[in-house]
Amino acid sequence: MALKETPLNAAHRALGAKMVDFGGWDMPVNYGSQIDEHHQVRRDCGMFDVSHMRVVDIKGKGVRDFLRYLLANNVDKLTAPGKALYSCMLLENGGVIDDLIAYFMEEQWFRIVVNAGTADKDIAWMKQQATEHAKAHPESYAASESGAESAVSAEAQTGAPEEKPPLDIADHPELSIIAIQGPNAKAKLWAAMPGSQKLTEGLAPFSAVVVGSMFIARTGYTGEDGFEVMIPANAAPYFWDSLVAKGVKPCGLGARDTLRLEAGMNLYGQDMDESVSPLESGLAWTVDLKSERDFIGKAALLANPPARKLAGLVLLDRGVLRGHQQVNTACGAGEITSGSFSPTLNQSIALARLPKEVQIGEQVQVAIRDKMLSAKVVKYPFARNGKSLV
Amino acid sequence: MSNPNNLKYTASHEWIKTEADGTISIGITQHAQELLGDMVFVETPAVGRKLKAKEECAVVESVKAAADVYAPVSGEVVAVNGALDSAPEAINTDPYAAWMFRMKPDNAADVAALMDAAAYQAVVDSEAH
Repeated sequence: MALKETPLNAAHRALGAKMVDFGGWDMPVNYGSQIDEHHQVRRDCGMFDVSHMRVVDIKGKGVRDFLRYLLANNVDKLTAPGKALYSCMLLENGGVIDDLIAYFMEEQWFRIVVNAGTADKDIAWMKQQATEHAKAHPESYAASESGAESAVSAEAQTGAPEEKPPLDIADHPELSIIAIQGPNAKAKLWAAMPGSQKLTEGLAPFSAVVVGSMFIARTGYTGEDGFEVMIPANAAPYFWDSLVAKGVKPCGLGARDTLRLEAGMNLYGQDMDESVSPLESGLAWTVDLKSERDFIGKAALLANPPARKLAGLVLLDRGVLRGHQQVNTACGAGEITSGSFSPTLNQSIALARLPKEVQIGEQVQVAIRDKMLSAKVVKYPFARNGKSLV
Repeated sequence: MSNPNNLKYTASHEWIKTEADGTISIGITQHAQELLGDMVFVETPAVGRKLKAKEECAVVESVKAAADVYAPVSGEVVAVNGALDSAPEAINTDPYAAWMFRMKPDNAADVAALMDAAAYQAVVDSEAH
């Protein structure tokens, strides 16, 4: 099967990127040295093509009630337009379908950004859950005028007696996403995009603003300040080139992974998936169990208190920690979920799922090939805003 | 960077250089280091260890992945390059100078029978398709 390409594919190749198959997408893993790109983001500014991620807009009368039910975090925290919320979307059994960012756009419109590899599954799940939720709570969805009209016309066209979807759930693969990250991200964006300073200098972390056909969010996946900019595909190459011209270094998905690991940010499919609870994945802070609100997976989470937790590891011996290596602790065995070399700490670090009794500062043993190597349990994040925290 | 003509090669991407004293130095090729990316850790075999041809005996780890290094022929490990412990990136910057370990081959004819640069290039080209 042919690999999918983002609108920036030709730009990556022209820059000499090493391209890899990244979950079915032809993406740059680096443009030379992954470690140099990592340092560039911690010390100055770099950018990533993350157009493989999918933007999903959910619109309609019941959207807030629906998301209150769909997501483990509580969208009632979102009251100001542009404000963002990180959340897991759970199965009934409490396993994680995906992690995502939800933006509050206006009262009948939320924008959701999901992972590339899970996007189709996520959208199917959202549509199915919306239909079921609307049946159980019709009062939340009392037809808005525009929604009723479009449903009628769709039926007239096809002649099929199809059930009217309660919400308009539409993905936008035509939107590219460029992440500009690093302590100088603001200055570089402003230099590359005349007029953007006035629109973004007041932008609080984890919020976004619509600028014409663009959507500029002060978010990221590196532990540095910066922006994730959504832009129509036909304008993306020009915007990318403008940033290159202002000295923003293109960085590959390799550096993105070591940056997010140092920043203690989970990667879906490695640190959590459908088989584990967010409460055993370091994501309890994103699960709202305090409010009265019911949400998918809540009953399962309450019925199954966590026995394990996600912890940080720093390797004391020489070597490199990797996913799936076994970790032996005084309280039982665990497993590394993400491991790599940390360019900022200049040693190997990992996230590991360990028995919950394991304490910070404890020494543990990691099985690497035929050896047992020593590692220390540490608080994470390991590094943020240019500095080591360990 | 082309593969030097004075070296021998394996299909598992090691290069082999015969030294003046008849021992052989072993490293990984330009193609291998390019695939792996930035090196961060090298594990070499113990001096004195007897190796069989194609036996796993060393490891290189980049930020991205770990890869085994194999003995090109049977023989005994006589030296290791300790400089790579603190500077594994030398494998990226100059792969044909960054030897990992030296062996005394059991049989010099085994070394002569390894691939030359042209044969190795054909292996690399076939992997690209």
